[in-house]
Amino acid sequence: MKIGMVCPYSWDVPGGVQSHIRDLAEALIDEGHEVSVISPADDDTPLPPYVVGAGRAVPVPYNGSVARLSFGFLSVSRVRRWLHQGGFDVLHVHEPGIPSLSLLACWVASGPIVATVHTAIPRSRVLVVTYPVLRTALEKINGRIAVSEAARTTLVEHIGGDAVVIPNGVATRRYRKAEPLPGWPGPDGAIGFLGRMDESRKGLAVLLKAFEILGPDRPGLRLLVAGPAADAEEVLGRVPAGLRDRVVLLGQVSEEEKVRVLHSVDVFCSPNTGGESFGIVTAEAMAAGLPVVASDIDAFRQVLDGGEAGELFAVGDPVDLARAAGRLLDDPARRADLSAAALAAVAQYDWSVVARDVIRVYQTVMLGRTRVAVDTGGFP
Amino acid sequence: MIADIILIIAGALFVGVYVSWRAGRIDRLHARVDMARVALDVTLLRRSSVAQELATSGLLDPATSLLLAEAVHGTRDSRPGGPGGVVPPGEQSGDRPRDLAESDLTRALRAAFSQPDFRASLSGKEGADELLAEVEEAAHQVFVARKFYNDLVAVTREARRRPLARVLHLSGRAKAPVFFEMDDSLIADKPGASLGPAGHTMW
Repeated sequence: MKIGMVCPYSWDVPGGVQSHIRDLAEALIDEGHEVSVISPADDDTPLPPYVVGAGRAVPVPYNGSVARLSFGFLSVSRVRRWLHQGGFDVLHVHEPGIPSLSLLACWVASGPIVATVHTAIPRSRVLVVTYPVLRTALEKINGRIAVSEAARTTLVEHIGGDAVVIPNGVATRRYRKAEPLPGWPGPDGAIGFLGRMDESRKGLAVLLKAFEILGPDRPGLRLLVAGPAADAEEVLGRVPAGLRDRVVLLGQVSEEEKVRVLHSVDVFCSPNTGGESFGIVTAEAMAAGLPVVASDIDAFRQVLDGGEAGELFAVGDPVDLARAAGRLLDDPARRADLSAAALAAVAQYDWSVVARDVIRVYQTVMLGRTRVAVDTGGFP
Repeated sequence: MIADIILIIAGALFVGVYVSWRAGRIDRLHARVDMARVALDVTLLRRSSVAQELATSGLLDPATSLLLAEAVHGTRDSRPGGPGGVVPPGEQSGDRPRDLAESDLTRALRAAFSQPDFRASLSGKEGADELLAEVEEAAHQVFVARKFYNDLVAVTREARRRPLARVLHLSGRAKAPVFFEMDDSLIADKPGASLGPAGHTMW
């Protein structure tokens, strides 16, 4: 299948939508499809072979902040040229409610068009007043995908029509192998945590309390914590002085470093106290083949296969966490079993599975329609 | 003796007249600032409405239209009293300070207008030239009205700061007028400069 995909945000800026498109495109290519992505990008940015640059995005005020977007008649003609040369069977646009390439692609194309909505579009008033202008573009969308239930609700309310919910996948391959950080995990074991340190529902406080219980009995045990924090000193101050040098705070880390962090510990801990809908970080740790200790909330129970693929402990209970983590640290055979179970369980969330769901949406909208063509109406 | 009294009375009279003249001047300055504020508000409202017209005219591509409409909506939201509220600029309320919201509209307009061959791409379309000229005229009026307003604010603040005005409290209960600072140039100084130093990124 020949798929044309449109990214509204600059390829050279890291972001959730860009990563989604990259992972989905690569998964579709692995499945044997032909994919071309058009995206705003700086001229000197190295692009993957499947990405076509649509020129530099312009920083503009949008929604109370500054976004780098592509708009205007030059972008229109670039999209038109790309569509013309591509000869796509299906056009897949992302975030068509953002004033950028995706909206323009809908406007100039005709044929099978699928749109994915990632975030809630906040202001409906603007869509209402500009609807006559946007209608020609938005009405051409034949199939809608939302990455979450929240995104689906906004889409239904703002643009109309229903949407299939297909959540983000996990790029399991990317987590499979990495070089541990120098000196880690060390002979006496290490526990890892990823996430915002100062957001209480991420549960770092529970883990620090559990470490107070585990630390004195295990003199070499260390804790590796990575994630943004407003005040790292304050976080460290919560650890008793005697244990402080065994807690290492890394702050915010890049994607590559994150994978290395996962491979630098023996046990991964997800002590979240709630508010998770899927637990992407836990799934990523599983993809790295790490035995996981997670709090017993719905999201983690689901991703850990009801406790088959990782240890669950009572939500917010440091004593129970210390018990579960201690048991794993003492039992290498159990760790190996859980590692294998985690790898097997996380496979169902892989992008390849997501890609197959997306393909089914493509097939539905392609029924009875010809290929994607450049619409002759609209702009000259 | 009598001459002395006459001199003292004359002196007191002179001081009285002078002080009341100064107080009157400060009062008149405040009144003029108020009028200039209303004038500035009218030009800002006019600019918003012409920009909205351009956004919904169907002359532009949908992305540019949406961008402009979003910026116009931002200025309406920032207006005290909510969307549609008519209160002079300089008085702040709403989620986003008004100077920032109006500057955002300038930047959105500038992003649209500074595309190479923007005008050429629209020429020949019904009503395009008139509408573009109207937007530019409205933007220029904002520039002029804001300059007048800020000049008057400067003069008024200076008059209030004078020792006599401060000691005798000649400005009464009138609040000191505030400058209205915003980005109001439709012409980009240099490429890439369209955002100024305050640009914080979303992604």
